[in-house]
Amino acid sequence: MTISTSTELICFLILSSVIVSGALGVVLIENIVYSAFLLGGVFMSVAGLYLLLNASFVAAAQVLVYVGAVNVLILFAIMLVNKQEELKPIKGLKIRRFFSGCVCAGLLALLFRVDITTNWATPGPKAIGEIATERIGEHLFTDYLLPFELASVLLLMAMIGAIVLARRDVISIELESKDSIPQNIIKNSTDNVLLDQSSD
Amino acid sequence: MFTTLKLVFIAVVNTGLDLEVSFNHLLQGMGLPSSIAHLLWLPLPMLLVLTAALIGVLVTVWLERKISAAAQQRVGPEYAGALGILQPMADGLKLLVKEDIIPQKADSLLFTLGPILVLIPVILSWLIVPFGQNLLISNVGIGIFLWIALSSIQPIGLLMSGYASNNKYSLLGGLRAAAQSISYEIPLALAVLAVVMMSNSLSTVDIVNQQNTAGLFSWNIFRQPVGFLIFWICALAECERLPFDLPEAEEELVAGYQTEYAGMKFALFYLGSYINLILSSLLVSILYLGGWGFPIPIELITNSLGQSPNAPVIQILAATIGIIMTVFKTYFLVFLAILLRWTTPRVRIDQLLDLGWKFLLPIALVNLLFTAALKLAFPIAFGG
Repeated sequence: MTISTSTELICFLILSSVIVSGALGVVLIENIVYSAFLLGGVFMSVAGLYLLLNASFVAAAQVLVYVGAVNVLILFAIMLVNKQEELKPIKGLKIRRFFSGCVCAGLLALLFRVDITTNWATPGPKAIGEIATERIGEHLFTDYLLPFELASVLLLMAMIGAIVLARRDVISIELESKDSIPQNIIKNSTDNVLLDQSSD
Repeated sequence: MFTTLKLVFIAVVNTGLDLEVSFNHLLQGMGLPSSIAHLLWLPLPMLLVLTAALIGVLVTVWLERKISAAAQQRVGPEYAGALGILQPMADGLKLLVKEDIIPQKADSLLFTLGPILVLIPVILSWLIVPFGQNLLISNVGIGIFLWIALSSIQPIGLLMSGYASNNKYSLLGGLRAAAQSISYEIPLALAVLAVVMMSNSLSTVDIVNQQNTAGLFSWNIFRQPVGFLIFWICALAECERLPFDLPEAEEELVAGYQTEYAGMKFALFYLGSYINLILSSLLVSILYLGGWGFPIPIELITNSLGQSPNAPVIQILAATIGIIMTVFKTYFLVFLAILLRWTTPRVRIDQLLDLGWKFLLPIALVNLLFTAALKLAFPIAFGG
């Protein structure tokens, strides 16, 4: 066994154990902030697995999108909505947990079965390494053009939705309480507060 | 990654002057197998770059003290060594021997992990910083994209330390830092994308080589003046330097996410912010100011002197000039950043977010579009 293969094996074992234990932690830990940070760790380890597979562009994209955007957004939401709320005990919690545990175990068994019965082509196709970035770009603009364009339309819709929600003057009633929104909020925020003392 | 991680430290173009190869030859001459020699070589460039980064921080801290003193008509440090050059060492030593306090109601695990998570991505990003054709730790194919991805990890460390401190100012500082960091990352990435489009490569070495065809006049700053300004503003915002230092605004938030930190953990934040400043300046000089390129192409000088550019002496000389040029450009930008810090007032948080989302983002998009149009119209000047 050469140095590189043994390093790869050690890295794989560490990364996969971190992924499995981290994912269990995300689900089982009561403290939601810990769960969110652990989720970030799991995403990072998945990026590490991509690196081991010689897919450095996918790894960097994984870090940028999942760790840098998704996980930060989750953390933001948790920290901005920091209500100290006493949660009511739910009826039949043990039975619910038992059933959800059964579903999870069933899914795990299914995955194991797929893993064992499939004829995996090992070793797989040779990794293309450094030119992967160009190859991904070529595919995106030729045979995967339609999904690419559909994704861009989806993002545009999300962006317009965010703008509409942020500009409250477009919506005239409060969505939850059905009260009309005072329309001078936006006007007031642009007024100069410091100079407005001449009225009295 | 491990198979593609080619660790080359000094090797000038096309020749045998490769420090890794000569190091291997030396050790094999002493009777060691080549795999052991390779293992012994692996940590050397990393240690060298780490040392260079730390020395860079010491120099920058000294510059910050001296320039701030000059801007405020003071003398600045003068007793610790000649002109106070030992002052940063004294600062570091003081932080090293200070008591490491963890507040009683803080979350001690996250409190310790936060500063580490802030520092590690910044140091890892030095992987792609080239000081010469082969003077870098690793010429990975995704190059500059790696830096953008790594710098997006930092906000998690800031949020972590802000949350774990159990202090309202820390939490607000952490949230502000993360908001600032994610909103300025987008125009930053778009500005980088315009440069990448011109050089047809993400690799930092290719980006510099593409700028060094005609010396000074082919630097990207002349082809991407708007992109340069966007990148510089965003880099200052990512480093939390003064026009944009809202996360640690003293008058409002005590010290933001650093409030509860003392001793070495505080020093990690301090170190991280200065290493990040140097890294950003290095990347500005690589992306826009021609990296290691001399204003007059080296080949032109050697040809006019009747020397071959491949002679070993010339190559060592060229490599030395390359390192000096990179460091010189970087420290010029560091100087500008320090001068800006001590002469400009702080923006408000709403002004900061307005600038990022309503001004820089559209301008960066238009710049990208223009670059694409110019690349199609003038493929000679804008990279075919």
